[in-house]
Amino acid sequence: MISSETKKTFRLDGKEIPFREGQTVFDAAMAAGVYIPHLCHNPDFEPHSSCRLCTVIVNGRPFASCTQPAVAGQDVKSDTPELNEMRRTLTEMLFAEGNHYCPACEKSGNCRLQATAYALGLQDNQFPQFFPRREVDSSHPDIIFDRDRCILCGLCLRISRDVDKKSVFAMTDRGIGTTIVVDSPSGLLADSKVARTDEAVQHCPVGALMMKGEAYMVPIGRRRYDLRPINEDSVAEFQAREEALHG
Amino acid sequence: MTRLLETAAHPRSLRRVAIEPITRVEGHGKVTLLLDEQNRVHQARLHIVEFRGFEKFIQGRPYWEVPVLVQRLCGICPVSHHLAAGKAVDMLVGVRQLTPTAEKLRRLLHKGQMLQSHALHFFHLASPDLLFGFDSEVERRNIIGVIGEHTDLAVHGVMLRKFGQQVIKAVAGKRIHGTACIPGGMNKALTVEERDTLRRETTQMIRWSQEAVRLCRDVLEKSEHAPIFGVFPSNFLSLVRANGMLDFYDGGLRARDAQGATIFDHVDCTRYNRYIHEEVKSWSYMKFPFIINLGDEEGWYRVGPLARLNNCDGLDTVFAEHERQVFREAAGGGMQHATLAYHWARMIEMLHAAEGIERLLDDPDILGTDLVTRGEPALEGVGVIEAPRGTLFHHYKVDENDMIVRANLIVSTTNNNQAMNEAVRNVAATYLDGNKLTEGLLNHIEVAVRAYDPCLSCATHALGKMPLVVELVDAEGTVVDKMVKDARD
Repeated sequence: MISSETKKTFRLDGKEIPFREGQTVFDAAMAAGVYIPHLCHNPDFEPHSSCRLCTVIVNGRPFASCTQPAVAGQDVKSDTPELNEMRRTLTEMLFAEGNHYCPACEKSGNCRLQATAYALGLQDNQFPQFFPRREVDSSHPDIIFDRDRCILCGLCLRISRDVDKKSVFAMTDRGIGTTIVVDSPSGLLADSKVARTDEAVQHCPVGALMMKGEAYMVPIGRRRYDLRPINEDSVAEFQAREEALHG
Repeated sequence: MTRLLETAAHPRSLRRVAIEPITRVEGHGKVTLLLDEQNRVHQARLHIVEFRGFEKFIQGRPYWEVPVLVQRLCGICPVSHHLAAGKAVDMLVGVRQLTPTAEKLRRLLHKGQMLQSHALHFFHLASPDLLFGFDSEVERRNIIGVIGEHTDLAVHGVMLRKFGQQVIKAVAGKRIHGTACIPGGMNKALTVEERDTLRRETTQMIRWSQEAVRLCRDVLEKSEHAPIFGVFPSNFLSLVRANGMLDFYDGGLRARDAQGATIFDHVDCTRYNRYIHEEVKSWSYMKFPFIINLGDEEGWYRVGPLARLNNCDGLDTVFAEHERQVFREAAGGGMQHATLAYHWARMIEMLHAAEGIERLLDDPDILGTDLVTRGEPALEGVGVIEAPRGTLFHHYKVDENDMIVRANLIVSTTNNNQAMNEAVRNVAATYLDGNKLTEGLLNHIEVAVRAYDPCLSCATHALGKMPLVVELVDAEGTVVDKMVKDARD
């Protein structure tokens, strides 16, 4: 009998998951076709482990799977009632602290927050809405920044710093008062170095950073998550990426 | 004459009767009557008691969101708001003429909307009054009663509405609150399969619509009420094409007076606010529009099916045009002023919409894929269409960063505000004055309001099941009579 140590596998919800050296629990699970809900993580960029939706239980302790290295023989739990309830609660809090009006939002049908909420079976919100007063920055001719929809995932910040090498975005203040600010003399996008072609403005998981002139162009029924739910879409996208990178 | 009943001279000595809320209309409203000890009516008002605030809270949003956002005003005719806002947004991106396919898709969407909305109103909301009588047993006077005693008719009504919604879904992606209009065009082409699926149904829809026109005409011809119920002179406002024909989607503004004389004609819709103003009254959240040069006393007008058929010079579909001529001949070739004639006109429009859908589906342009065009951006846009309930105005201003800074909406029901108040006063004076109040008599008031198919908000579908409390209060404030209809009854 060959042990899981020699095959480099770990157990996820009772299923043996193979992994390569250096892979995270998240990457190995998705490559094996197991969806783990996530919002702040995009496999094309460095993980951040801030949204905590991808939290799993590894050998009895909670870890963010997007940063937790896979180790042979470890026992991981993800699809459990307790973890899914925690994910629903976190998602509810994201909806409560922003102004997310899905019925009229141009990101609807393409939004990871909305699609994740559907995947988690979110029907209502137990928390009262904060209705925060946030500014919309439409000063840029090509890009609109709607802070109402920002979930502080930090993707724009990380990508602008690490990939575009511009550091256009940063977080300011603390706790519930945390917001994204723009590095420019006026604080407006129009006066920053951001450009339509920047990677940072291509990967917003919600409708906070959007291109002007593209709203509602894709009809209902053909939007990303109309075609397949996010659990299937994320896995398929990840596996296609793995295939392209590693064959 | 009846406008004298708007405000009583000595209201404190009168008792108040409230019909609250009005049933079988969209949204919440109430009617209040002030009566003296002999039950003589001294004051009758229709109050709109909802406050929505759309004009305010879309400020600070980008203009491209507006067609999708404002359609949430209504769950019955969201397409109307979507299209009117879409036309205004076209102007903001400098487009005055869409591609042929985009315009025909919008017209198809609009006709689907007209068909389903008119079917909903006539069969589900109004037909119980017309078929069973205004003061028939209340347990019977609802859509369930119609299904029980006129099953085929009820089924036709349901199927007509369903077809209209299928047209909407094919164009906008969803039956309610879809997305179709984008700045300068449409976001989805019609597929051959969608076209063929709809086209297979049109012959039947036209036939059922013809039957509905005949039924409505027969009921009104035999009605003891029709010649006197809510009959009063008024001005009329609607859109017409350059050749004077009816157009639901586009055209110029035409206003005619009670005798049919032209007040203004072919007015560019972008100049609407040079011809129409709105008056505010303290007792209603709904404004009172009027034609400026006639003043607020004489300048109020009616919109909707009755106004459109009175105003236009013809319809461009064969069966509906024949019915329009019969309709006009019934008024001796002059203007129809009967409130109940709204139902007849509405069914003729439903037939017109069904025929129009068939014609558009047979047009090769409807399957085109050239959907969007662009022009020189502007900071102000006005979109005006004929919604099922009447002329609908959307007017937006944006700043140089594409954000809405000002919005003005004059919705169809607002245009009919004074007319509905006139109808309430007319019916109160004719039927209630001096009589002991009964549920049936009070329903006469609701029948008058209902004829205008008012959409008082987006949310409520009562189907005759809304709670109703009517209290008679004497001059000392003591409740002397009370009638309660529970929602669960």
